[in-house]
Amino acid sequence: MKPAVIVTGIAKRYGKVNAVRDVSFQLNEGEIVALVGHNGAGKTTIVKLLLGLIRPSEGSVEVLGEDPASGDFAVRQRLGYLPESVAFHMALTGRETLAFYARLKRIDTSSAPELLERVGLAAEAADRPVRTYSKGMRQRLGLAQALLGQPRVLLLDEPTSGLDPALRRRFYDLLDDLRSSGTTILLSSHALTELEDCADRVLILNEGVKIADGTIESLRRIAQLPTKISVTQTEGDTSLSRMTSCPAWTKTGSDTFETEVTMEDKISLLKEVTANPADVAALHVTEPTLDDLYAHFLNSRRAAQ
Amino acid sequence: MKNILIIARKEVREGLRNRWVLATTLLLAALSLTLSFLGSAPTGNVGVNQLDVVIVSLSSLTIFLVPLIALLLSHDAIVGEMERGTMLLMLSYPVSRNQVILGKFVGHLAILAFATLFGYGAAAAALAATGTEIDPASWSSFVTMLCSSVLLGAVFIAIGYLVSASVRERSTAGGVAIGIWLFFVLIYDMALLGTLVASGGHALPNGLLDALLLLNPTDAYRMLNLGSGEASALSGLGGVAEHTGLNATLLVGALFGWIVLPLSLAAASFSRKEL
Repeated sequence: MKPAVIVTGIAKRYGKVNAVRDVSFQLNEGEIVALVGHNGAGKTTIVKLLLGLIRPSEGSVEVLGEDPASGDFAVRQRLGYLPESVAFHMALTGRETLAFYARLKRIDTSSAPELLERVGLAAEAADRPVRTYSKGMRQRLGLAQALLGQPRVLLLDEPTSGLDPALRRRFYDLLDDLRSSGTTILLSSHALTELEDCADRVLILNEGVKIADGTIESLRRIAQLPTKISVTQTEGDTSLSRMTSCPAWTKTGSDTFETEVTMEDKISLLKEVTANPADVAALHVTEPTLDDLYAHFLNSRRAAQ
Repeated sequence: MKNILIIARKEVREGLRNRWVLATTLLLAALSLTLSFLGSAPTGNVGVNQLDVVIVSLSSLTIFLVPLIALLLSHDAIVGEMERGTMLLMLSYPVSRNQVILGKFVGHLAILAFATLFGYGAAAAALAATGTEIDPASWSSFVTMLCSSVLLGAVFIAIGYLVSASVRERSTAGGVAIGIWLFFVLIYDMALLGTLVASGGHALPNGLLDALLLLNPTDAYRMLNLGSGEASALSGLGGVAEHTGLNATLLVGALFGWIVLPLSLAAASFSRKEL
């Protein structure tokens, strides 16, 4: 895989505030990367650096082989950007707005109706002024403008805020399509559970510093977080109490017990629990979520300081 | 260049949509028609060309109104878009900040030029339609008045951008714009008049008076339109004009300088702004 974005040792200072410190990473072609961090962790700063809207105080940014902040910004023709809480010129209609941005990107405006349909913005809404739009409709228009001209790199800041569940689903399907056509997508969001299913890789930021970078699976391995196993026994059976490999079962219901197990012991414990299938009425295995991983990396960072 | 036109076109469309174009054109037309008919009544038939009277009235109106309209249009252009968040998205496209500011300038100037030409044009058209005889010299003064009014508008659009690019909040921009309007339109001239009176009839050194007149774009405009031809006699400014070394080229040059300087400063200030 070819890297579409290469960031080397960037820092950005606003006065005395270090918004970003010594961050390096690569985004490969056809990859969906989630940028995760609490408010003020430097996510938006990084996105702005990738767009060339601001210049790094240190280090270098290379997007599709070019410095985005230099020259006539030609590289931005192949970028798509959806800002957090996107805003438009209120007096224009959705269609006019899209046509305006298409012209700035030198794209034929005939692609606009198809894009509007793709993001689920009805044709009748497209001819109303943006002033009358709901939050979700503005967000959809924002997505449509980001997708103008089939960008090679998409930078999406909180893309699903204001979208209802059906549209969210449609949005993630859209991302899948784009990924398979080789688009690189950087996604920042607070809805970690949603990212879990779609992101190939996760970058965790804290106070402007990158504290983790890898696939969710590899982060789970590093974090060594336990898997939660909950077993409901068939009535009267007490086989769990006889088990030796993991004695710390806690009772959470009349016949339901729960325990936590490390990744290495997980399979052997499951084998033991299911040794006699007749004893088990229900079994749930809960892997650590991205939420848990995020909390873990933040805490271990704090502990190290 | 193309980006500038794309952005200018968007500004004009927005101006049409939120009725700016309509409102300013109607306002200027209504005022100029009123002035040309009411204002010409007292002159009766004393051999004064009616269009010259109109030029004098409209010039005085322009000095108050056009800077105000221009500042209202422009003071919000940068700080407002930044505050609303539309600037962030626009700058993420392949456009430079200079193109954004120039595009807006062209768009706003087009709106103002349209309003001036059609608003004031209505007065001239009405006079011609009622069968008033107008000699060619008056027509040429009228055209000068129209063009220089647009030029004065451009000056204050540029000044408005400078305000808009320099402040942090929209409300500040509004306040500063009103302050600038008051200063150039009222306070400056009062102070100048006060100085002339205080000098006790001794004329100021010519160079100083020239400089003082060029340092205020509305005064440069006034001298350009009221300082020569028939209008100078009507407005009484001919006396001043005779004593200054200011000619039309110098005055127009000053107005252009008043466009270029604030616009470049605005561009410089805008390029330093953090998004």
